[in-house]
Amino acid sequence: MDALTLARWQFAIVTVYHFFFVPITLGLSIAVAIMQTAYYRTGNEAYKKMTKFWGKLFLINFAIGVATGIVQEFQFGMNWSQYSRFMGDIFGAPLAIEALLAFFMESTFLGIWIFGWERVPKKFHLASIWLVAIGSNLSAIWILAANSFMQQPVGYAIRNGRAEMTDFFAIITNGHLWVQFPHVFFGAVATAGFLILAISAFQLVKKEKHEVFKKSFKFGAVYALVGSLLVVLVGHTQAQYMVKVQPMKMAAAEALWDSENPAAMSLFTFGDEKNRKDVFAIKIPGALSFLAYNKFSGEVKGINNLQKEAEQKFGPGDYVPPIAISYWTFRIMVGAGFLMLLIALLTTIQAFKSKFEFKPLWYKIVFWSLFLPVIANSTGWLFTELARQPWTVFGLFQTADSVSNTVTAGEVAFSLIAYTLIYAVLMVIMIGLMIKFANRNIDEIEKEEAEVDNSVLTKA
Amino acid sequence: MDFNTIWFILIAVLFVGFFFLEGFDYGVGILLPFLGKEDRERRAIINSIGTFWDGNEVWMLTAGGAMFAAFPNWYATLFSGFYLALVVMLLALIARGVAFEYRSKKDDPVWHNRWDWVIFVGSFVPALLWGVAISNLIRGVPIDDKMNFTGNFFTLLNPYSLIGGVASLLLFTLHGSIFLTLKLTDNLLESARKVANKLWLPATVVLFAYVILGYFDTDMFSKLGINPGAVPIIAGLAILSVGYLLKIQKEGWAFVMTGITIAFSTITVFMGLFPRVMVSSTNPDWSLTIYNASSSPYTLQVMSIVALIFVPIVLAYQAWSYWIFRKRVSTKQKLEY
Repeated sequence: MDALTLARWQFAIVTVYHFFFVPITLGLSIAVAIMQTAYYRTGNEAYKKMTKFWGKLFLINFAIGVATGIVQEFQFGMNWSQYSRFMGDIFGAPLAIEALLAFFMESTFLGIWIFGWERVPKKFHLASIWLVAIGSNLSAIWILAANSFMQQPVGYAIRNGRAEMTDFFAIITNGHLWVQFPHVFFGAVATAGFLILAISAFQLVKKEKHEVFKKSFKFGAVYALVGSLLVVLVGHTQAQYMVKVQPMKMAAAEALWDSENPAAMSLFTFGDEKNRKDVFAIKIPGALSFLAYNKFSGEVKGINNLQKEAEQKFGPGDYVPPIAISYWTFRIMVGAGFLMLLIALLTTIQAFKSKFEFKPLWYKIVFWSLFLPVIANSTGWLFTELARQPWTVFGLFQTADSVSNTVTAGEVAFSLIAYTLIYAVLMVIMIGLMIKFANRNIDEIEKEEAEVDNSVLTKA
Repeated sequence: MDFNTIWFILIAVLFVGFFFLEGFDYGVGILLPFLGKEDRERRAIINSIGTFWDGNEVWMLTAGGAMFAAFPNWYATLFSGFYLALVVMLLALIARGVAFEYRSKKDDPVWHNRWDWVIFVGSFVPALLWGVAISNLIRGVPIDDKMNFTGNFFTLLNPYSLIGGVASLLLFTLHGSIFLTLKLTDNLLESARKVANKLWLPATVVLFAYVILGYFDTDMFSKLGINPGAVPIIAGLAILSVGYLLKIQKEGWAFVMTGITIAFSTITVFMGLFPRVMVSSTNPDWSLTIYNASSSPYTLQVMSIVALIFVPIVLAYQAWSYWIFRKRVSTKQKLEY
């Protein structure tokens, strides 16, 4: 394999891996902050237990998110130096601001939060977890501002052989950012919601009707419902936006070979990617036009037409992203999203009935639903990055030109193997700890913590 | 002063902050398996930096981000050129970051011991490699007329950069040991004092050897003149004073002095570099400078405004967090990590 292919594999692996943990950080930080606010307001010990229980799981996840984030910050220069030269004038700014504005805030206040129980005034302690949550989510805005430029370049000029920023506000008010951030944000809320639901279900199976986990379960259900509902709604807006700014991406998502008006939506296509035709397909007439324009007519452009347009604009070349993988990642993401919505809705309705009661089977379903948002998050990113190919920056700069020209295939192979191995080991360790802490008896947490310290104190 | 110069200074400041702060927590990580005899001692050592290490590491991330934003060609050439060294450093930092959080999450001596060594290696490797990297910036590496690094991994390993690596390793470890004399109690305090006293002489000798070698291997001092000016001299005097301050147990001052040594040595290197950011050993004209490596004036201006607003805020709340957790850590207290 050549250096470019290896570098692309590496980027995909380290980035998807990093994004297993990021949504949990974004969503769970806010969830823990809400729980602690409830404790602060009511003084109810149940909320304190919830804060500590979910806070611990948050920390186990956060550590690995931070550690794998270091690679994210450095890999543009390391593996994509030509991209960094072309885009640094624009791309570097949001990254630097992310570190300065968000990373400092979340790391410093997380330190205060972990070590501050009983050491700083309650109000400051509560404020510190909120600042962690705000910091984490601010970081998402800045990195998505950078990514949005890659999807839809705005506020720039091509000068001195590179893209130069001409309007900072255009970059942070990029329309793409403000459909993409809500999508990522509510996806994160849903992810955290399902995590809370799954672990609460697991605990409730062990010990029925435990007050703290009943509360957590209800919280998780509502959180998952709000997240799933809004991620689907925003997703719809986002798709309509995509038709406008990245029509090729939409055509790839639908495996729409030729322009149609009204355009049919594919339910299932088994296609021949090489010859660009369907082998077998089930389609709903007019539905794609509806998806794109909220009415049953209107042209949606096809892959062949867009390829021709691109050739006219950019010269000869292949401007078609990998279709099969775009088509299926998009479908898996959307399918997982709707399934999440359905499960969250049914669970919420049941959880708020006068009698809190679930069948063991439903607990099982809820538990395994934990993986739905993870699948949706990963396929969503794979889709949005792969269906932009061959571009790294849409219409401006191609992936093949982005890779570091001085890093050899052997060097990338080494780093690819090394990262993959260390990430695999960390995953095993992290899941082990998650299970251990998800399994804890919540009534003994405080006792456990206290005993350790007392035993030491008496020894001394 | 133009924006290019301002950003050169700002990145120097970020590296000073990074080396000063993360310097001592690397040192603490390196000393962990040797100073702590039993579990609670090791936990106390880790807890002494527990609140701070993550915030300290952000100084490095911010320095990296600022290089990307202000001097994209510097970021691109340096990070792709020093590829394998950086991969090794990143692997170390990934493991180290997880280790602090995970170490005490299980009550198992084998588990603890493994993570302690992860923390050791995870601190040792970057403490060494940063010295190697910075030395190579100023010594010069092969760079062609397209700003591409044309050497390989072994180009980076030369006597000057290796001594630079040992110097940063020893200096950070000394800085860490003195930090621990300010943060620990009882037996641990005594052990930290002993280690600091032992480390001072080798750290000082290697640092001076590094400076002398710098006269031969770099143009840093020929640029600065026979009398190199106040900055490097203060760095030298500061490290000399540390030995005496440790003897009379003025550890607070000793810490200030190792801090000054780290800060002023870093500033010396940046002064030697200016206006270059990476020296080309192939042809001096192909060196990367604050002009040919920089972003557009507009981006530098935008980033200057951002930095002007947020750097003071960050400094304020980070200083505040150090103030809140200023107390010494004892093995007899509640330990979070």
